[in-house]
Amino acid sequence: MMFFTRAKMALIFGICALGILLSVPNLVSAPAPWMPWRHLRLGLDLQGGSYLLLQMDIDSVVHEQLGNTLDSVRTTLLHAGTGYHSLALDPAHDRVLVTPREPADLDAVQAALAKMAAGEVAPGGAPELSVSALPTGQVAVTLSRPALEARAAAAIQQSIEIVRRRLDGTGVVDPQIAQEGAARIMVQLPGISDPNRIKQLLGRTAHLTFHLIDQTVNPASGGPPPPGDEFLPVQGAPGQRLAVFQRVDVDGANLTDAEAGQDPQTGQWVVNFTFDSVGAQEFGDITRANVGRPFAIVLDNQVISAPVIREPILGGRGQISGNFTAQSATDLALLLRAGALPAPLTVVEQQTVGPELGADAIRAGTISLAVGFVLVIVFMGAFYGLFGWLANIALVMNLIILMALLSVLQATLTLPGMAGILLTLGMAVDANILINERIREETRLGQRPLAAMETGFKRAYGTIIDSNATTLLAHVMLFIFGTGPVRGFAITITLGIVSTLFTATLFARLLMARWYVAIRPAALPV
Amino acid sequence: MMQMFLHPILRLVPDNTKIRFMRGRFLGLMVSAVLSTSSIVLFFYPGLNLGIDFKGGVVIQAETPGTADFSHLRAALAAAGLGGAGLQRLGSPDKVMISLEAQRTDAATDAAVQRIGTALQKAAPGTRILGTSAIGASVSAELFQKGLLALGLSLLMILVYIWFRFEWEFAVGAVVTLILDMTKAIGFLVITRIQFDLVMVAAILTILGYSTNDKVVVYDRVRENLRKYKSLPLRELIDLSINETLSRTVGTSTTVFLAALPLALFGGASLSGFAWVMLFGIVVGTSSSIFIAAPILLFLGEHRLRQDARAAPRPAKSRG
Repeated sequence: MMFFTRAKMALIFGICALGILLSVPNLVSAPAPWMPWRHLRLGLDLQGGSYLLLQMDIDSVVHEQLGNTLDSVRTTLLHAGTGYHSLALDPAHDRVLVTPREPADLDAVQAALAKMAAGEVAPGGAPELSVSALPTGQVAVTLSRPALEARAAAAIQQSIEIVRRRLDGTGVVDPQIAQEGAARIMVQLPGISDPNRIKQLLGRTAHLTFHLIDQTVNPASGGPPPPGDEFLPVQGAPGQRLAVFQRVDVDGANLTDAEAGQDPQTGQWVVNFTFDSVGAQEFGDITRANVGRPFAIVLDNQVISAPVIREPILGGRGQISGNFTAQSATDLALLLRAGALPAPLTVVEQQTVGPELGADAIRAGTISLAVGFVLVIVFMGAFYGLFGWLANIALVMNLIILMALLSVLQATLTLPGMAGILLTLGMAVDANILINERIREETRLGQRPLAAMETGFKRAYGTIIDSNATTLLAHVMLFIFGTGPVRGFAITITLGIVSTLFTATLFARLLMARWYVAIRPAALPV
Repeated sequence: MMQMFLHPILRLVPDNTKIRFMRGRFLGLMVSAVLSTSSIVLFFYPGLNLGIDFKGGVVIQAETPGTADFSHLRAALAAAGLGGAGLQRLGSPDKVMISLEAQRTDAATDAAVQRIGTALQKAAPGTRILGTSAIGASVSAELFQKGLLALGLSLLMILVYIWFRFEWEFAVGAVVTLILDMTKAIGFLVITRIQFDLVMVAAILTILGYSTNDKVVVYDRVRENLRKYKSLPLRELIDLSINETLSRTVGTSTTVFLAALPLALFGGASLSGFAWVMLFGIVVGTSSSIFIAAPILLFLGEHRLRQDARAAPRPAKSRG
C-alpha cells in the first residue's frame, strides 16, 4: 500500500495539477472570450433570477384533435352521401359519436368512416382512429391513446421551440429551457427579477386568424349565433361583440415576419406583417373578393381589429392597428414572429430571487464554508498531529478538485449545494480519521512504522468504501427525485464523494509515503 | 514548534477504553422507543409545519420604503380580496414577508402573485419585491410524493447494500435503527416548528447517510472481530468493537458537527433549519449506533452469528 511506482505518482500529481488548473478560472475572469474558461455555474438562488415551471394544457390538445376529427367525419359523410341524424363529441372517452339517419345506414356509415380512418396516421406511425359500431346503434370514432400521446409529445416539443423563440426575442441573456416530465416546461431566466412581462408573453397562445364578418347578424340582439358563426369579444371595448364567420380565411401560421412600427400618417403604433406565398395567395383572393366589407383580425378568440377592405391586398403584406402602445405592438410582433403555441401554458411554479437576496445567500454560504473549513482543519491538526496536517493538505486538494469537477461539468451550485460542500469536507476527513485511528491501533499493538501504515490503510479501506457507497446511494435517489436547489445539494455531495475517495485515500497515502521515505522515522507521531 | 505540528496535542478518547455499553442496551432501547413513539404522536398531532414546496402557496419578500405599516398593508391586501394572506416581519423593520395558501387552481395561485404585488404598490408606493415563490397545489402534491419516494427508496437501497455486504442481521439492525433515527428527526421538526420542505428531505437523507456510515464502521469491526476471536461471547465482542472504534466515532461526529455548526449560525433563514436538523441528526445517529444498532445485532445474532462460529469455524467471508 505504501509503495508507489513513478508512473502512479505522476498520475496522482497530474490529477491534482489538472484540478488546480480547472478550478483557477473561478478566481479570475476570463482573459479572452475564446479560451475554454469555465466558471462555476451559480444557481438562480445565488445569482438572482427567475424560475418558471409551465404546464401545457393536454386536454386542449385532445379537444382540438377531437374537433378536427368531428370535422373530418362531417366532410366524409357528406362526400359519401350517407346522412346522419346527429354528430356529437364524447370527450370523456376521446371519441366522436355518429347516429345514422336510418338504422339501415349503419354499415355504410361505418364503412365510409373506416376508409377515412385508414388514411389518418399520427406522428410516429400509430393508427390515429378506430371505428366501431355501438349496441346503441351509433358509430364511434375513437382517438387512440398512443396517437394522442404522440400528439401531446409533439405539442410539448413544439411549445418548447416556440417558448425558446419568444424568449430569444425578449433579449434575456442565457435563458435555459427544458422539458420536465410529460407536459411541463422549465424555464430559467438568470438576472430577471421581475418576470411579469415574460409570464405574459409565455402565457399567450398567440393564435392569429383572419375571418370575414357576418354583417347580417347583430350579436347585441341576443340569442345564440347562427350555425357557422361565432360571437367574439372586441379588445379595448368591453361588452362589445362581433359576429364573425367561424371559417378561418387565413391563418397566422402563414406569417413569415412581423414588425412593430408607427403609421406614418397617424403616428399610431401598428404591427406590420408579411405572409408566405400560400398566405399571400389566400389573403389576395379574400381581399379581392370582399372589397368594401369588413374583416376581423382575431388573436386568441378576441377581435383585435376589424378594418374595412379598401382594395385587394396582393403583395402579401398587411398592417394591424388596434390601440397599441409601443410595448404592446412590440410584444405582439414578437409573438407573431415566434408562432402560436399548440396549447395554452399555465405557470404552476415560480421562484424569483432578487439580486440582494442572491448576494445575501452567497455571503451566508461563503462565511459558513470558511468558518466550517477552518474548524475542521484546526481539529484535525490538534487531534492527529502530522497525519492530521497531511489530511488537511488532502482536504484542501479535495475542495480544489470538487470546484474543478463542478466547473467542468457545469453543474449548478446552489445554496444547499454550498452546504453540501461543507458537509462533504466534514465527512471527507472521516476517511483520514479511520486510517489514522487504525494506524494508531496497529502502532499500539507494536507494529513497526511502515507495517502499521500499511495495515492501517489496508484495513480502513473496506470501511471507507462501504460508508461512502451508502451515502452515494442516498444522494443519487435525491438527485433523481429532487428538483432545483436540492438537486444542487445532491450533486455536490455525489461529486464530493468521488473527489474524497481520491484525495483522502490515494493522495493522502502518497503524501504519507513520501514523508516516510524522506524521514524514515523510528516511531510514528500518532 | 515543529513538535506542535508533528504530534497530536489533544486526545478525544483515552486509549483502550473498556466501557460495557451492552449493559445499557435495555435503557437505550427504552429511551429510543419512548422518543420515537412520542415523535410519531407529534407527527399526527400537531403535525409537521409543511413549507410551500409541499403545501403549495405564495411567499413574497418585499421591502417597503420606510418602516412597514402592517395594519395598512393588511387592509390593502384584504381590499384586494387576499384576506387570508399572512404578514410577518423579516429582520429589519422595512422588510416584510407575505404568505398565502395555495389557491383552488394553479392559474389562480399564479394570478395571486400579481395581485399581491399590485396591492403592495398601492398601499406603499415604491415597495420593492425582493423574492417570490409560488407553487401550485398540483405541483406541491407531486413534490411531496417524490420527496417521500426518495426517502423510501434510499432506505431500501441502504438495506440491500448492507445485506449484500454483511449478513442479514446487520442489515435489519441498521435499517430498523435508521427508521428510529428518522422518526426522532421528524419529532424534532414538529417541536421546533422548522418548516418541512425539500431541503429538509435532503437533510434527513444526509442524516441517514451519516448514520449508516457510522453503523457500517461499527459493524465492520464486529465482523472483523468475529473472525479474530472465535470463542468470545457476542456481547463482549460487540462491546470490544464499539470501544475499539470509539475514538473514530467521536472524531468523525465532531468534525461533521463542526462543519454543520457554522451553517446553523450564519447560514441564513434557508439553511439554518437544515443545519439544526443536521446537528440533531449527528447526535442521534452517533448514539443510535452504540445503543440501538448494536443491541439489535446482539438480540438477532446472539445464537446465529456465534453458534455457527463455534460449531464449525467456517471460512471467513472474504472482503470484496
